[in-house]
Order: sequence, then structure tokens, then C-alpha cells
Amino acid sequence: MTGAKIIVECLKREKVEVIFGYPGGVVLPLCDVLYDSGIRFILTRHEQGAAHAADGYARASGKTGVCLATSGPGATNLVTGIATAYMDSIPIVAITGQVATHLIGNDAFQEVDTTGITRPITKHNYLLKSVDQISRVFKEAFYIARTGKPGPVLIDIPVDVQKAETDFNYPEKVEIRSYKPVYNGHPLQIERALTLIKNSKKPLILAGGGVISSNASEELRKFAEKTQIPVALTMMGLGSIPTEHPLHLGMVGMHGTIYGNNAIMETDLLIATGCRFDDRVTGKISEFAPHAKIVHIDIDPASIGKNVPVDVPIVGDVKKVFEQFISNAPKTNTDEWIKKIKDWKEKFPLTYKKSDGLKPQMVIETISELTQGEAIIATEVGQNQMWAAQYYKFKHPRTFISSGGLGTMGFGFPAAIGAQIARKDRMVIDIAGDGSIQMNIQELSTAVAEKIPVKVVILNNCHLGMVRQWQELFYKKRYAFTCLKNKQPDFVKLAEAYGAKGYRITKKEELKKILEKAFAYDDGPVFIDCIVEPEENVFPMVPAGASLKEMIGGLA
Amino acid sequence: MVPKDQHIISVTVENRSGVLARIAGLFSARGYNIDSLAVAETEDPTVSRMSIVVRGDEKILEQIYKQLNKLIDVIKVQDLTAEDHIERELVLLKVNTSTSNARNEIVQLVNIFRAKIVDVCKKSITIELVGGKSKVDAMIDLMKSYGIKEIVRTGRIAICRENSKEK
Repeated sequence: MTGAKIIVECLKREKVEVIFGYPGGVVLPLCDVLYDSGIRFILTRHEQGAAHAADGYARASGKTGVCLATSGPGATNLVTGIATAYMDSIPIVAITGQVATHLIGNDAFQEVDTTGITRPITKHNYLLKSVDQISRVFKEAFYIARTGKPGPVLIDIPVDVQKAETDFNYPEKVEIRSYKPVYNGHPLQIERALTLIKNSKKPLILAGGGVISSNASEELRKFAEKTQIPVALTMMGLGSIPTEHPLHLGMVGMHGTIYGNNAIMETDLLIATGCRFDDRVTGKISEFAPHAKIVHIDIDPASIGKNVPVDVPIVGDVKKVFEQFISNAPKTNTDEWIKKIKDWKEKFPLTYKKSDGLKPQMVIETISELTQGEAIIATEVGQNQMWAAQYYKFKHPRTFISSGGLGTMGFGFPAAIGAQIARKDRMVIDIAGDGSIQMNIQELSTAVAEKIPVKVVILNNCHLGMVRQWQELFYKKRYAFTCLKNKQPDFVKLAEAYGAKGYRITKKEELKKILEKAFAYDDGPVFIDCIVEPEENVFPMVPAGASLKEMIGGLA
Repeated sequence: MVPKDQHIISVTVENRSGVLARIAGLFSARGYNIDSLAVAETEDPTVSRMSIVVRGDEKILEQIYKQLNKLIDVIKVQDLTAEDHIERELVLLKVNTSTSNARNEIVQLVNIFRAKIVDVCKKSITIELVGGKSKVDAMIDLMKSYGIKEIVRTGRIAICRENSKEK
């Protein structure tokens, strides 16, 4: 069997249904076999789109996403997408072609040191130098990508290896002596954590992306309800507990809720689960959760104690640890604490100043209402992302798809395409800005060709809004390189030029009606260009490096 | 003397191409300093051992330990400084010997230090010295007054002493 055929067989054994990719010279043998393999191939219009789509597919489905690119520029175009997945611990396998083995190191046409370039942004990567390694490496790659702390794995395959022949033997089991993830929490640490929970008067759970990736939402909710501990979320944890749940405290951090951040500042026991204390969450680290003992549950030992000193470290899978917690849940009395939080919630709800114009927050609220929290919301990065995180009422895990760690503009649209392919049963909406959407606008062609009914809602404020907001607040309103007034394309005409539907909303009175109409269209992608107030800011806000108690804005 | 925050870490890794780059990349990306690094195959040809001398407080050491362990190709990480161990470094020193007096003195010092003279020519002597950090430092310091032309060091390597019960 040829190397290319073996690769496709491996992909089938790993139950890969779809590959996002772009062909090229040194992946021709592989593309030729894929052509009639039965595996769906989504031709994106740029390799970055392929990587983000594979990522969005993985986030929405929980499966491992696969993307493919040729050597040289194909591989380097994947880099941003791989780094995005790496920062957010998303399982993808990236396959790249490489020049023939005898040419490696010769600066051959379209040659680049792909494994060298991607080494710091992959969980692991391989350069396959022999056809005999293919089966083992593919088995390992998928295993490494989805187990432990998930992440991207890249396999670089020279064109001659794809053409060489050998027997196909897919290994049944993976045996990597140096890689043995720990899933169960250490019983002693669990016991210590439970004792702290029992004695705490103001406990607080902080749930991050690890709760989503380990499918632990159900266990989280059960434990929180059983012990009556309120749950605050990082942005990556959105959807792990429904927004309408009485114990839900919303997102914390730089653009977190006032009540969520207050709770962090007052809690006496922070149970951090599947999160890594990013600076956007903690603000000034020395003043973060000043009264709290900290229990930190994470699959990645290196995340524990990295940014915040921890009292009880628990290395393990969040789902497994919550199961251990639930079966030994202590009796707690948090009535007073919950009442205090309820008062905060009533006194300082998430809000914004209403006006006659179209407010971006209102657009999100209306989308939330129309979809009843049942849609998958992808976002770009910036104000659009924060408003989506703040105002959409999530009901389910894996319905918020956003680049958290790397903050990649241009992520949302291709990720939404991937998510829609993974979940045909849900409406997928990309909340975009007029800046971000143009960073991967070419994928409109992909969505039209594949009839992927993604809804793209552009919060068009004619600015690179989040940067403009920082300039307004911290750079004396000098709007360096952020004003795009009269410099933007006509997004409706642009959609139409690609063969997609385009709508425009300029008044709040027509918001609901046009959104309803656009959401009803199911035969391909829709662009909805919402002309919103240009200088609206995301509030509340904790300035970078300040303590969470130094929140500005956010009071109506 | 050995600086207080200096540690010698023994890292066993898969003996594959690219592993050294992974380790070196991790150190540079995270801003950890390597004072020295020595790598070679072990008794098992599929395994290499890296002896890395690093500097850092407890928190940095903990991160180095954890981040190294995260690499798929890393089999085991051990901070030997924390254990009873033997440390050695091989140094080749080329020293000026412009006067015969100097040459005589150097030969005496070489004997005291139980080092070896491995090359002699009219204007210089090359010394081979094996030892722990303090011995190496002392020798280099003494040789400075004669004028060191060149120093080549392997970096320190270390091995754990067998536990007494295993003896």
C-alpha cells in the first residue's frame, strides 16, 4: 500500500469524517487518494481558514479536527490557526506536505522547516521520514491531540514518503513511555479540598475551558447545586453552566460582571477548575482573590501554581474530579453568601445606556432572544467578542466558540463554518466586527460553495473598536490607525458578489424583523451588516494590570 | 562556590532528532537561563540524557520541571541538586608559558590538582582537568595569572549516588 493510502486508512480508523484543507504540489499523492475516499474534503480559500475551521469543528463537536496543507506557504499559513488551538487546548491534527526527503535542507521550492516553526505551538509534532512510521505516528498523533490537556499535533510528510509502499498494520494500542496523563485526582488532595469546602463560608467555583473540554458541565452543575456554591466563569468556560441558572455569576476578569468580580474579591475559597489564571482573568495578580484559599483543579500540572499560589493542587481531569467531589460532597451553608451575591446581581446587573441609535449590546440581546440560547455563537476578537460573551444567554457547553488565549482576529468566521459542519442541528452565528471579518473574508466563498448556512452578524462601528476604546480611555482619544470611516467595503454587496445573502440593519426598530428574516435563510451563508453606534464601549472594564476591584463603567 | 540558586537537572529523553531543539526552545521561549548543557546517549541507546545547569528560584525550578515533563519526548526530569550526587566537568585549558618559571609552576599546580598535561609547545601548555565546580573554578582562577589563551568546558554532568540500602 502507498503511504498516501495508509494515511487515508489511518484517518478512517480514527473516524475522521471531514478534512479542511488546501491542495498543493507535495500533497498531491494524498489528495489523489482522498478524492474518492468517502472522507469529506472542505476546500477552504486560505490555509488559515482550514486550521480555524478544524478548530471550530473540534470545539463544537468534541472530536478531533483535521486540516491539511501543502509545504512552505501552505504550512506557514496554518501557523496562526495552530497557535490559536494551542493556546485554547483544542485537539486538532494538522497534516502538511513536505519536499522529498532527499531535498530537505536544500532550500528546495516551497520548502520550510515546518516542524521547527510549529514546535512551540504544537503539543507535539512529527516529521515522517519513512513510510513505515506512518501508522504508528497517526495513532500517536490522534491520541496525543485528544488526551491529557488536548492540543494540536502536526505531522509533516515528505512527498516521497506518501508515494513509497509498505504493508499496512494499524496499531491497536498506543504505548508512549513518556506520556501518561493523570485523570483521577489524588485522594488526599480531594479530601483536603473537601475539608476546605466544608469550612468555607463564601466558596466560589471558577470554571474555565477545561470544564468544556472534559465534558464536565453536568458534573459541575450537580456539584454546585448540591453544595450551593456559586459559579463564576472565565470566557472559555461560558456555556458550562446556563446563564439563567441561579448560581451562575457570569464572566469574570477584564470585562467581567461586577457581581462576578466582587465575588472573586470577597470569596474565602476559590475552587478554580480547568482554568489557568490568565492575566485577563486575574487583573493585578497580587490583589487577586485576596481573602481566598485556592483549590486548583487542572489536567496540566504546569498550569497549577504558575500564576497564582495554590493551597490545594489537584492534577486530574475536571470531570473525574467533580465525580469524586460529588460522591463525597460535604454539607455547606452558603445562604448568607448567596444572598449577598443576589443583592449584587440586583444592584449591579450587566447593563448599558439605551439610546435612539442601534446599540451593539442590543443586537446580541435580540439574537439571544430569537435563538433562545440554542445557537452556537462564534466570535471574532475585540468588542464583538466581549459583547457576545456578556449578553448572549448560553444554555449549553460547546456553544461559545472564541479565540481566548491567542485572541485571533479572523478566527470566528472559519470556525463557525467548522462548527456548522460538526453540528447541522444548531444554528451557527458568527458575531463579527467590521475589522475582524475582513481577516478571513475569503471563506465566504467556501461557505457559499458548500452551502453552509452560517449567519454572520457584523457589528459595524467603522472602527477597530476595542483598540479605539483603549485609545479613548488611555491614549487621549488619539485614534491612531483605528478609524475606518468611509474606508470599509459595502458588506451587503460584498456578500452578494460571493453569491451569499446580505442584509443591512441601521435602525433599532428594524433589528428584530431583519434578523428573523436573515436567520430563516438556510441555503447558504448570510451577512447581516449592523450599523451600530461607532463609539460604544465595552463596560465594565478593569484596566490592564489593575486590580479587579478597580472596575470602570458599567453602571446605567 | 556553587551559587545557591544553581541547580543541575538531569533530563532523560527519547534519543530522536529534534529533541534538543524542543528543550532549547522551551528554555528560550520561557526565558529560563541555561548555564551549561551536556547531552549524550545512555546505557539504553533509545534514551539520551541531558544534564542541564540552570539558575532560578524555587518557583522557576518548579515551572522548568513541569514544563519539561509536558514535552512528549521527555521521559524523566530529576533535580540532582536535591539529592546526594556526584558532579564532574571536563575542562581543557590552554595556558601561556612564556617563561620556564611559569612552566614549572604550572606543572606543580597540575600535579596538586591531579590534572593532566595533554599538550606542550614552546609558548603554551594544554591541561586536562576533571572535577566538580569548586575545583574547576579554583584551577581556572590560578591559571589566570599566567594568561589563559583558551578554555573549553563540557558543562557539568552528574550522577546520583546509590542509596545505602541498595549497596
